[in-house]
Amino acid sequence: MNLEALRRSAEQEWQALNHPSRPQILIGQATCGEAAGAGAVRRSVLDTLARLGIAADVHSTGCLGTCYCEPLVDIIKPGAPRISYHSMTPEKVSSLLEDYLVKDNPCPDLALGVWGEARGGIPALLDHSMLKSQVRIALRNAGVIVPDNLLHYLARGGYKGLERALSMSPDAVIAEIEKSGLRGRGGAGFPTGAKWKLCRKSRSVPKYVICNADEGDPGAFMDRDLLESDPHAVLEGILVGAFAIGASHGVIYIRAEYPLAIRRLESAIADLHRHNLLGDNILGSGFDFNLSIVMGAGVFVCGEGTALTASIMGRRGMPRTRPPFSSEAGLWGKPTSINNVETWACVSAVMLNGAEWFASYGTEKSRGTKTFSLAGKVRRTGLIEVPMGMSLEQIIFGIGGGIPYDKKFKAVQTGGPAGGCIPAEKLHLPVDYEALKKAGSFMGSGGMIVLDEDNCIVETARYFLSFIVDESCGKCVPCRLGTRQLLDTLTCITRGSGTAADIDKVLGLGRSIIASSLCGLGQGAPQPCLTTIDYFRDEYDEHICDHICRAGECRALVAYAILKDRCGGCGICRRSCPSDAISGERGRAHVIDVDKCSKCGNCLEVCSVKFSAVARVPAGKG
Amino acid sequence: MADIVKIVIDGREIEACAGATVLEAALSAGIYIPNLCHHPDLEPYGGCRLCIVEIAGMRGLPTACTTRVTDGMTVKTYGGELDRVRRDTLQLIMANHPSDCLSCAKNQRCELQKVTAYLGVTERTMARTMPEQEVDDSNPFFTLDRNYCILCGRCTRTCAEIVGVGAIELMGRGDQTRVGVFGDKTLMESDCRSCGECMARCPVGALRPKVNVVPAYEVLTTCPYCAVGCSIYLGMRDGRLVSARGNKDGGANRGMLCVKGRFGATEFVQHPDRLTTPLIRGDNGQQPADWDSVLDLVAARFKSYAPDEVAVVPSSRTTNEDVYVAQKLARAALRTNNIDNCARL
Amino acid sequence: MKIEAILAKFGRERLNLIPILHEIQAQSGYVSPEAMQAVAVHLGLSDSEVYGVVTFYTAYKLKPAGRHSLKVCRGTACHVKGSEKIIGEIEKQLGISDGGTTGDGEYSFETVACLGSCALGPVVVRDGRVYGRVTPAQVKDILRGDE
Repeated sequence: MNLEALRRSAEQEWQALNHPSRPQILIGQATCGEAAGAGAVRRSVLDTLARLGIAADVHSTGCLGTCYCEPLVDIIKPGAPRISYHSMTPEKVSSLLEDYLVKDNPCPDLALGVWGEARGGIPALLDHSMLKSQVRIALRNAGVIVPDNLLHYLARGGYKGLERALSMSPDAVIAEIEKSGLRGRGGAGFPTGAKWKLCRKSRSVPKYVICNADEGDPGAFMDRDLLESDPHAVLEGILVGAFAIGASHGVIYIRAEYPLAIRRLESAIADLHRHNLLGDNILGSGFDFNLSIVMGAGVFVCGEGTALTASIMGRRGMPRTRPPFSSEAGLWGKPTSINNVETWACVSAVMLNGAEWFASYGTEKSRGTKTFSLAGKVRRTGLIEVPMGMSLEQIIFGIGGGIPYDKKFKAVQTGGPAGGCIPAEKLHLPVDYEALKKAGSFMGSGGMIVLDEDNCIVETARYFLSFIVDESCGKCVPCRLGTRQLLDTLTCITRGSGTAADIDKVLGLGRSIIASSLCGLGQGAPQPCLTTIDYFRDEYDEHICDHICRAGECRALVAYAILKDRCGGCGICRRSCPSDAISGERGRAHVIDVDKCSKCGNCLEVCSVKFSAVARVPAGKG
Repeated sequence: MADIVKIVIDGREIEACAGATVLEAALSAGIYIPNLCHHPDLEPYGGCRLCIVEIAGMRGLPTACTTRVTDGMTVKTYGGELDRVRRDTLQLIMANHPSDCLSCAKNQRCELQKVTAYLGVTERTMARTMPEQEVDDSNPFFTLDRNYCILCGRCTRTCAEIVGVGAIELMGRGDQTRVGVFGDKTLMESDCRSCGECMARCPVGALRPKVNVVPAYEVLTTCPYCAVGCSIYLGMRDGRLVSARGNKDGGANRGMLCVKGRFGATEFVQHPDRLTTPLIRGDNGQQPADWDSVLDLVAARFKSYAPDEVAVVPSSRTTNEDVYVAQKLARAALRTNNIDNCARL
Repeated sequence: MKIEAILAKFGRERLNLIPILHEIQAQSGYVSPEAMQAVAVHLGLSDSEVYGVVTFYTAYKLKPAGRHSLKVCRGTACHVKGSEKIIGEIEKQLGISDGGTTGDGEYSFETVACLGSCALGPVVVRDGRVYGRVTPAQVKDILRGDE
């Protein structure tokens, strides 16, 4: 079938989904949906349909990004628009199907929103507070289409960008990408067009493109979601890039921890081969290109370009000093363009809608949109995409809905382990590469983790360092030994044995590690502790001088006590204590044996609101 | 001829070969930049981060060992932030390195000592972070003591890049990284050929010879162990051979030695069983004789045989050149093709 | 599958090293010394080079894994949401620490880098099944493999 004919059947398929003759049920089954129980929901859907004797089609779709209220189930009834339902359980979905499909009650209380205009008491999906200020470019199809269905992607304008690119000269394609202002979405923000230009200019052949899907930043899941929800958006971008650079082969380097994304990619690549969108003489243009998938082996540093290429070549994934850059000497010493998953997805969007359209979003130096994974202490966790330049406050409090349980916002961590913690007074900052850097943080791949008053800032910095110490490749001295030195110092502080000199030591050594480490991993490693010292010095001082952890997270610095006059003697704390540290008769005030107490905090959590008799108190000096 | 470029290092204009690294250019001009993982025989590595410099027009502190010179480049090798950062890097290494320099085999030849002296560091400021490491004492000629190891990777790169064996490798990751062999076994249980090339390039006392005598003087000669003809410096002290090292300018070996030359030559040359004078077997058994009478005897006996009845087998300890001459003697003088040699040991 | 059968599927170029090791790890749950030596011969590498690669990457284990695998995410979002407590609870219930296998060979437990299900932290994966928003009280059920 040629592409024209394929597009016609894609149109029919899309019509058949959205204006069906029998009910269409779409279940959000990306990994996040699965974790929330989508598998059980799907089984319940199938059982219920069978029980009710209803003929319907059940599809697996990707992730709409509203992970906080997963699992999501969308229902399209003949003659009605698509409605998304949230927080499904096997029981809820079963009664929903019966109510809606049999009794024609769309259950507005279970709905997240209706696709299109509000109706029947159900608000429009795009008016939802988490979605209304988003601009979804990379995520244009996420949660909308069935990711395994090439026809769905085609029906949404898929591969028109590639067709357009193939009708242009490679240099014109690069010029288009340059004009769009697209910068690398993996973190560093290098202009994509410029990178391609370097690669194209090199006379050495063959050339390679690499899709970096080794998403390792803790707290970041944009790439996983994108690949699980819309693999073709990424693949089309890779094809465009390969054509522009003159690459004959591409590699997708993906974390082995993302099995679903790998399956989706494999199936999408097979589809492309079937329809001459991959392989020899693509769409009759004379452009030959092949693509393979290489699975990572669980090492964070392999997200660094030179380590990634070493890993593909079967070596220990240790970075090397640049220059030469990968665009001059990358895979097998040949010119290689390494771009991140989201960047590739933006490329296909730019080619579809034009550079000017893309550049109309964002700020002067940071064009377009950026996806963020919003996680931690925020009401609406999930995956979002916003125009560059939106303020952190709008993201966290507008889209994210603020901090749950009316706790106080403390900081937002962006940029992963090389990023920083941004305090409340900087929430007005716009998200763009330069502004975040100026605040001591980093765009990174888009992890955004919100901390509240219960998170200790020293402990948070210590956590990031412990991550780096585990993940350092060990090649260069400052990263291998320096991060361990910093970690040991911060560990002392969280245990109450820090000294006043420790802060200066951390600041000095931190600066040295940034200046002298070989790769971005080491160069960024001290950032979380330097920014937290900068913005939260008083919390460090409290740990060191007063032996107090105000968040109560540093176990050595807190103790638990039962307030005698409040305790009703219900005994729930005694039963929840894993260390048998609580004693007391029923109906009488209980007491905690501080020597036995392991400070797990269970008692505080279980003590009923009625009594609120357990208190966290400073452990006191020594 | 390689192209020559002009660069300025610390205000001095020097000439360097195009394609050389900044570190190579500086060292060959007699300007020291602290370094530990660099070795002229090995590919640039950039691991120790001590050779950081400032280069006009370049961001940050690039390492001199990985940056190629370009014409007109201006380099600063010391002062201010450079020294501060280097001292921190050195302190990190020192915190985990033993301080028994006086009794260390590498004392006064240790490159870490050189760096420490250059940076004027006289005390440790950081706490030890590494646990005690395993010592591999299995090899009869040298010891691998990981407590002294600074993980510069010279030894493992030597084994892979130069020797082509790959017996030792960096194992693990992060601060668990160690120099090791397959299965974390001992060197003797590995593919190691004991050539000692790794030891010869170790900048510190991590790979050190078991017999460690500093020679009074050295003599440049050809290794007497086999026929390859490796150029070798044999160290002398008290009239005895005490050490051996390869001569970098040797055409046959370019500085390399094998286990026999490095660890065996000194022993066999001075072995009490070794013949130091020719012996003639007579009625009274073997008796010492002078060379003239021995050669006369041999010549006379050769004459009593037809060429086909004679065979020549030179000692495998003779050099390649001597074997060539023996072959000439056999074919031209003795007129026999019965000539053989086992030119290896 | 026998090691020979795995190797037969791959060429002799070094770039096959990581995929071969992945397959061995997936088939046997670990990479044995014998397997490493066979891989070294197949690719023309030294044993130590293969061992250097195996010990560099977290995905490869040198010892056989338990019948069930239990992974707890130590990503930031999970950490902030209290994954330490989950780890503590699992360690208490199984009597092993991170990277260990129970004496009866039933469970292997390890903490892993971010699993990318941050919106649902803390996350636990048992034999490939993802559990989100896990509380210490749920650990017992997860160990049993309940929904």
